[in-house]
Amino acid sequence: MLKITNLQKTFNPGTVNAKVALRRFELSLADGDFVTVIGGNGAGKSTLLNAIAGVWKPDYGTIEIDGVDITSMPEHKRAAFLGRVFQDPMKGTSPDMEIAENLSIAARRGTRRRLIRGCTRKDREIYRNLLAQLELGLEDRLSTKVGLLSGGQRQAVTLLMATLKKPKILLLDEHTAALDPKTASKVLAITNKLVTENHLTTLMITHNMHDAIAYGNRLIMMHEGRIVVDVSGEEKKRLTIEQLLDLFESASGSQFADDKVMLSKKHE
Amino acid sequence: MAFFNALPGAIAEGLIWGLMAIGVYISYKILDIADLSVDGTICTGMCVCAMLITAGVPAWLSLVIAFFAGAIAGAVTGVFHTAFGVPSILAGILTQLMLYSVNLTILGGKALQQVSARQYHLLLNMSDNPSAIAVALGVIVIVILGLWLFFYTEVGLTIKSTGDNPDMSRAQGVNVSFNKVLGLAISNGVVALAGGLLAQYKGSANINEGRGAIVIGLAAIFIGLSVSMKIKPNFVVSLIGVVAGGVVYYVIYSSVILLGLKTDYLKMFSAIIVLLFMTAPYLKATYFAKPKVPELSGDSDETSAGGCGHA
Repeated sequence: MLKITNLQKTFNPGTVNAKVALRRFELSLADGDFVTVIGGNGAGKSTLLNAIAGVWKPDYGTIEIDGVDITSMPEHKRAAFLGRVFQDPMKGTSPDMEIAENLSIAARRGTRRRLIRGCTRKDREIYRNLLAQLELGLEDRLSTKVGLLSGGQRQAVTLLMATLKKPKILLLDEHTAALDPKTASKVLAITNKLVTENHLTTLMITHNMHDAIAYGNRLIMMHEGRIVVDVSGEEKKRLTIEQLLDLFESASGSQFADDKVMLSKKHE
Repeated sequence: MAFFNALPGAIAEGLIWGLMAIGVYISYKILDIADLSVDGTICTGMCVCAMLITAGVPAWLSLVIAFFAGAIAGAVTGVFHTAFGVPSILAGILTQLMLYSVNLTILGGKALQQVSARQYHLLLNMSDNPSAIAVALGVIVIVILGLWLFFYTEVGLTIKSTGDNPDMSRAQGVNVSFNKVLGLAISNGVVALAGGLLAQYKGSANINEGRGAIVIGLAAIFIGLSVSMKIKPNFVVSLIGVVAGGVVYYVIYSSVILLGLKTDYLKMFSAIIVLLFMTAPYLKATYFAKPKVPELSGDSDETSAGGCGHA
């Protein structure tokens, strides 16, 4: 499904601030893989997702989706293959537009947009049913401006937008990190439901080790732009947080350092 | 009494500036771009319309062509901004400067082109204000109807989202650069159309006309939206509000002239009106806001747990 080969990305090249964010990075995902990504500060997790999404061009290396090389495809074109949810709840939706209008823009991702009515009554009926599945009461607020919703509600709508037109790969960039714990777990439950029901190939960055282990069928841990731990299947199911930290320390030769992860660990 | 005599003229011309303000609304409010090419495109609309009518082209067709001339100028601003990476303000200034030369060329090197209602068949003229008001209103209704239909199409919705949230738009496969070019083209097309009406109304096209048009447009937007947002914050009501804002602005403007303000000070007057409306919400919030006691209803899990989200 996704194949990343020898991918390198350096920020601020040629300056004292030069930072190699992805280092000869290799990853391939099978169809239907739900991969959780964990790693310390500056490990390259978000860089990886931005590289796939095409926010900028990598230094070298290739990214293929379903055998199609998308390395130099512009961001809005490769969006046809991708569903994205950002860490910032404000980033994934258009605040001054109605919930239904936001969904209708997402429903036509990857298709040629025409000069016909963008959000019909029939569309609204479909969106109403989809919103009802979120169980947030949004199905009666189709005409509400998204800007009036809470952060959690906006992330739920963004999730729906990302999956409305089935993406080949769903990219979730710490999409629950800015939410309070109760809302975060609700959004995570919705995520899991959408991913498993639609059999979506997913990359989910999280700073919560517990979630990283609990969700998905594969877990990768990144350090300095590389994958240092990659566990899947039965081995992943039996994993504990302590084992995970040990794995990380022996693989990377350093202590795991991420303030948010440490905080969430203390919280367990 | 002088005021009532001058009122029909002020309303007619106010409607034309209100139409122009609709164009500014598209760039400033929908695309979130302060597009300064407007000062040039309104003059382009005047020049194109005046020259075509004197060349024997029907007045209505001249208006249509003026629209497309403005649209091309707007698209040029859009291309400077998106394809060449020029900041949008500077892109507008560059186009505006270029248009001065373009407009002079259209006028055949002259600074003024008369287009008299006695000599040519015009759609509207200041000698007959009631029918000028009717024609201006008719054009405005057609433009609002067209924009209303367009901005609710699949393409139109993505132009709105482009201005509202470019990140989201790109993630949903929207070509943000193309949409900015298209939006600026429509915006400047409407502005040039207003220019075409203005040339006919005044009976001339003047190379120096249009300076400060963006400020008048913004004044109309701020005056209009301050009322229309309270009635119903939807697209059509906003556009009607903007037109009404243009009329209100122009009536005040004419009254100030009648009261004997030296015409030298008029541009200062326009700028101060915009400044007042632009800064009023800020000043109100910063210096005159009363502290609000938060409601402790507790029905929203966001607000109740928001303070300790990461603890």
